[in-house]
Amino acid sequence: MLDGLNWLLDPAHWSGSRGIPTRLLEHLAITGLTLLIAGVIALAAGLAIGHTRRGRGLVVGLSGALRAMPTLGLLVFIAVQFGFGVRLAIIPTLIVLVVLAIPPILAGAYAGVESVDPATVDASRALGLTEWQILWRVEFPLALPLIVGGLRSAMLQVVATATVAAYISLGGLGRFLFDALPLRDYPQMLAGAILVAALALILDLLFLLVGKAVLPAGVRATRGTRRSKTPTERTAA
Amino acid sequence: MIEFDGISKRFPDGTLAVDNFSLRLPSREITVFVGSSGSGKTTLLRMINRMVEPTSGRILIDDEDVAQLNPVTLRRRIGYVMQNSGLLPHRTVLQNIATVPLLNRVPRAEAVARARELMDTVGLDAAFANRYPAELSGGQQQRVGVARGLAVNPNILLMDEPFGAVDPIVRRELQEELLRLQQELAKTIVFVTHDIDEAFLLGDHVTILARGGQIAQHGTPDEILSNPASEFVADFIGADRGRRALTLRESNGRTLVVDGTGRIAGVLGAETATGPVSVGAGGRDEHLGEITLGTEAAEAPHEVAPAVNDAPTASGVPEVDTPR
Repeated sequence: MLDGLNWLLDPAHWSGSRGIPTRLLEHLAITGLTLLIAGVIALAAGLAIGHTRRGRGLVVGLSGALRAMPTLGLLVFIAVQFGFGVRLAIIPTLIVLVVLAIPPILAGAYAGVESVDPATVDASRALGLTEWQILWRVEFPLALPLIVGGLRSAMLQVVATATVAAYISLGGLGRFLFDALPLRDYPQMLAGAILVAALALILDLLFLLVGKAVLPAGVRATRGTRRSKTPTERTAA
Repeated sequence: MIEFDGISKRFPDGTLAVDNFSLRLPSREITVFVGSSGSGKTTLLRMINRMVEPTSGRILIDDEDVAQLNPVTLRRRIGYVMQNSGLLPHRTVLQNIATVPLLNRVPRAEAVARARELMDTVGLDAAFANRYPAELSGGQQQRVGVARGLAVNPNILLMDEPFGAVDPIVRRELQEELLRLQQELAKTIVFVTHDIDEAFLLGDHVTILARGGQIAQHGTPDEILSNPASEFVADFIGADRGRRALTLRESNGRTLVVDGTGRIAGVLGAETATGPVSVGAGGRDEHLGEITLGTEAAEAPHEVAPAVNDAPTASGVPEVDTPR
């Protein structure tokens, strides 16, 4: 452990194209890109499922099954099987990470929309909101806390798993692990592991704060000071 | 005028909720659909703004077939108030009221000013403007719901058991408030309830529905009470029992009004000319209030019977029967 920390504190490891800042940025880039792609796909599907209440079994089953595939195995398979696989290592990497990230985001999205009180949705429709307006002005804001929750758990898995990118010669914090392994350079491996863990914790905290910020104000009011609905009107009015 | 023309509705599961229902609802008056669950009353209401599509038949609003209208446009022209207010929990009272005007691209300042006006109209303190629905009591939420229903200044207001979920005292206030509002605004109101006393209190016209949207009787409260069309109606309105079967009894030189349960409902006033029953003022409110609270069981249909007595639609007051 101490060796790992010493390795981390060595100024020589904090510069250059193989230094910690570069690897950190690469790791963040892979994570961010994955979440962006998975987010677009899974949010679109999840919101559609939540709003229409259709196709849930199919899509959830499918994404769950894909996810059950071992990441490393899938990565190597895609890299070897397709022509672009090794030349453009980023593509197989993104595919496996996106597959990993979709289920939690999807679950957050449809669970979030389904958690909205049907009476609220019904009333909105009766007022004359279009289906799009119901989705964006009512269901989406009310589902946001659960959506952010889904993104958060996807992010944690992707940050940890993005280390496999290094296995097929990409960058990222995984480099420290895979480069050090054949050399039995355990301090470097330990340092890499510490960096991944620290990054995950920091991002997790960030998502936690975002999650709090997007909690709709009226819903916050409910949780803070729920009042009995019976005879308060007399005293309040 | 709203006209139901041979309306039927069969739900996908096969239940026939409404079977060949035809009725005209006059403009600028309150028509109440009353019936127990399964009578199709809510289904009928929701067909007016196309929240439910009839399987056959037509609904005309001022001779215009609603099926020809875009549902969104139609709904924005019609006010809708539902049982649990259906307010948007993430928006303030003011934003909730102004929702539809803003969708209709009314300038924000104008929509907000109008929303504040409406809060006043429905008796909501201006201090609630920036509160969220969860911070209001059930009764206050219903007031917001009514204000929102009125926000686009609709000719038609649909009310689906709007006071069903609030406690009896607040319900009473809201009912009176609605009658006051209706005197000012004169909307065409379709009101759904399972509470016959609420129906008689509020309705200019009352439609008593049996299973499958069959009209058991349609008429003014006066007509229905004085001449129930069938055994079913008589039983439903409880004409010959309980709080509605009033009898007179002489005691110490004054005439007491006694209901079917043996309770003393009040004292018959000397100046009976002013109304069918003018009950002695003094102890009355207190006494009736006590009865109302004492027998309150949310779903019991008859406990607010005395409310009928002082309603503006006093035509619904039961004639005082002599002992049978």
